[in-house]
Amino acid sequence: MTVLRMLWQWLRAVSGDDAYERYLAHHAQAHAGEPPLARRAFLRAEEERKWRGINRCC
Amino acid sequence: MLRRLVGIALAVIGAFALGGIALHRHEPINSLWIIVASICIYALGYRFYAAWIAARVFTVDASRATPAERLNNGRDFMPTHRWIVFGHHFSAIAGPGPLVGPTLAAQFGYLPGTLWILIGSVLGGCVQDMTILFLSTRRDGRSLGQMARDELGPFGGFAALVGTLLIMIILIAVLGLVVVNAMKGSPWATFSVFATIPIAIAIGLYVRNVRPGRVLEASLIGMVLLLLGVAGGGWVDQSAGLRGLFDFSGPALAGFVIGYGWLAAIIPVWLLLAPRGYLSTFLKLGVIALLAIAIVVIHPQLKMPALTQFAHSGAGPIFAGKIFPFVFITIACGAVSGFHALVSSGTTPKLISNEADVRLVGYGSMALESFVAIMAVIAATLLDPGVYFAINTGAGVVGSTAQQAVATISSWGFPVTVDQMQQLAHAMGERTLFARTGGAPSLAVGMASIFGSTFGRGLLAAWYHFALMFEAVFILTTIDAGTRVGRFMLQDFLGYVWKPLGRTSWYPSVILTSAAIVAGWGYFLYIGVIDPNGGVNILWPLFGISNQMLAAIALSVATGILIKSGKARYAWVTGGPLAWLAIVTSVAAWQKIMSPDPALGFFAGAAELSRKLASGALSPARAAVAPKLIFNQQLDAWLTVIFTVILWLVIVDMLRVCLRSVRGLPTQESSEAPYQITQLEAAGGEP
Repeated sequence: MTVLRMLWQWLRAVSGDDAYERYLAHHAQAHAGEPPLARRAFLRAEEERKWRGINRCC
Repeated sequence: MLRRLVGIALAVIGAFALGGIALHRHEPINSLWIIVASICIYALGYRFYAAWIAARVFTVDASRATPAERLNNGRDFMPTHRWIVFGHHFSAIAGPGPLVGPTLAAQFGYLPGTLWILIGSVLGGCVQDMTILFLSTRRDGRSLGQMARDELGPFGGFAALVGTLLIMIILIAVLGLVVVNAMKGSPWATFSVFATIPIAIAIGLYVRNVRPGRVLEASLIGMVLLLLGVAGGGWVDQSAGLRGLFDFSGPALAGFVIGYGWLAAIIPVWLLLAPRGYLSTFLKLGVIALLAIAIVVIHPQLKMPALTQFAHSGAGPIFAGKIFPFVFITIACGAVSGFHALVSSGTTPKLISNEADVRLVGYGSMALESFVAIMAVIAATLLDPGVYFAINTGAGVVGSTAQQAVATISSWGFPVTVDQMQQLAHAMGERTLFARTGGAPSLAVGMASIFGSTFGRGLLAAWYHFALMFEAVFILTTIDAGTRVGRFMLQDFLGYVWKPLGRTSWYPSVILTSAAIVAGWGYFLYIGVIDPNGGVNILWPLFGISNQMLAAIALSVATGILIKSGKARYAWVTGGPLAWLAIVTSVAAWQKIMSPDPALGFFAGAAELSRKLASGALSPARAAVAPKLIFNQQLDAWLTVIFTVILWLVIVDMLRVCLRSVRGLPTQESSEAPYQITQLEAAGGEP
């Protein structure tokens, strides 16, 4: 069971499914007090950033 | 003690498997020998060589804070568990390259490609990826171009930039050619590949508007839709009215791919690029796992001989040239791929939570990619050699009718009959499999027979088209992501000429620069499509040379940094692969430029075609395209000259810097970030 759960968490992380949760966790720790970006706004900025550099290869 | 025993066991099993390969030289060999030998070699390389490099050469320091920790912004810089970084890095570096190159190189037999993939990766490719990843991690995640500029000087930086842009254009062209050749005259393949575009857009809309950010469930829905697309293609193929709508010639498909590439580069990323990325990551991890399981389960006999006559004669029908240097040029991805240096100095170093992770992420990911290349070798060489050559050889080489083709191929000692090819084509749901150059169709036939015998023979045609769709999704992702990156690089350049051109959000500039990049690769793609020899025989070596040149630039940067930081006695770790690549690339370039053999030398090929054109020896159809082919061969020759000049200028520049450093003269200051102790609790980073 733990193996399945770990695999699931790994898949979520690798696919970027948990990006917003990770951002919230980071924000709560590093910028406590400031309101974090809303889910949609965060995801939009994130997609634009992610596809700017070389992240696919031959 | 236990670890040592495991190491010894690995060495013994590996030696046994290699011995098995060596002793089976004149009879069919089982692929299990190759799989076992490969896994042992990767494990030994990882366990001993990579560990030694990390400890002695890099002196990795687990207490040192990485950029992910120091510059953590919750987005691109973020300490991430090493297995997650491994997944990210592997899905970024693994593309269609390790599938296509080994398939083409199988014309030399199974042995040369296999040995080069194993030795090249363990001593070269994995080391390059790990070293660049480590150096970039020590330098706040700087890119290869920036590191070249910082450590060698402005020239090195400029060369890395130009090299990257050129390789991108050649890479996209050759991959476009592979996908066009896979779809040509096949309504089933065309439909299932075209279907991936609306599916990606639907997934994009879903992730943005319906359930924001739920990438995983969207990807699962997308996978189901992709499978339905393959099934739908079969249905379209059966329907007399619809199949004509998806039956295109090569040039028409090239037009589609070019138009698609341009559109994908100018529309917002969330609509097409990002969702296609999600789908291809999933498909990639899933299919590779499935293929590995299937190969182990059925462990097929390899029917290709260990070495064919083309290894020595240099008259191979798929690409010209002898085993040295051309096996090392044809298989770049899977052994050493310069392109990986761009990823290893891009997104990945910003995620590394501990320096010690570079071994798993850098060395380990490349070993896995190399294993994918080994699986491609197996998929290509389990076919009857006659069938393999019939699929992969262009009509310009073996003749345009089926009878001519089987006669020519059988005369090489690889018997094949028209009947056999027709039955195979029928089983795969295709009209013909003759002259389906580019590597994708023969790989798909190999994959279909592996999957077919593991998971049900009745679905052979569906497996074949699933494999084609899988390769096409890979390739289209590289085409659109590559075009976009090329556009950014071009805008960066042009921004120096006229400021507004450099603005990435100014639409006129976006449209113009995207069109320029697309025109660059579109030209090579179009020429490849109209070439009666299949085009791949010209473009793939050019791609190999450019990719190895980029690897040489990366290894030069690495060697320069090692020597500058007082580790000259370990400089051979990167200097050795560098010397080998410099030799291989230069010899290959020399032959492609100077060889008097028209099949091998670009200039000789152009001269021969001019002569035939002038004497009226060409059919009207061939005479019409001949002037374009002649110009293209000359252009390719000059491009090869440029690649070689860049390669040697970077090496000389690196040697100059090293010489100054060894003599104690001032050089560019090291750009390594100062030491800072890590605050992360677990040395492995947070999960």
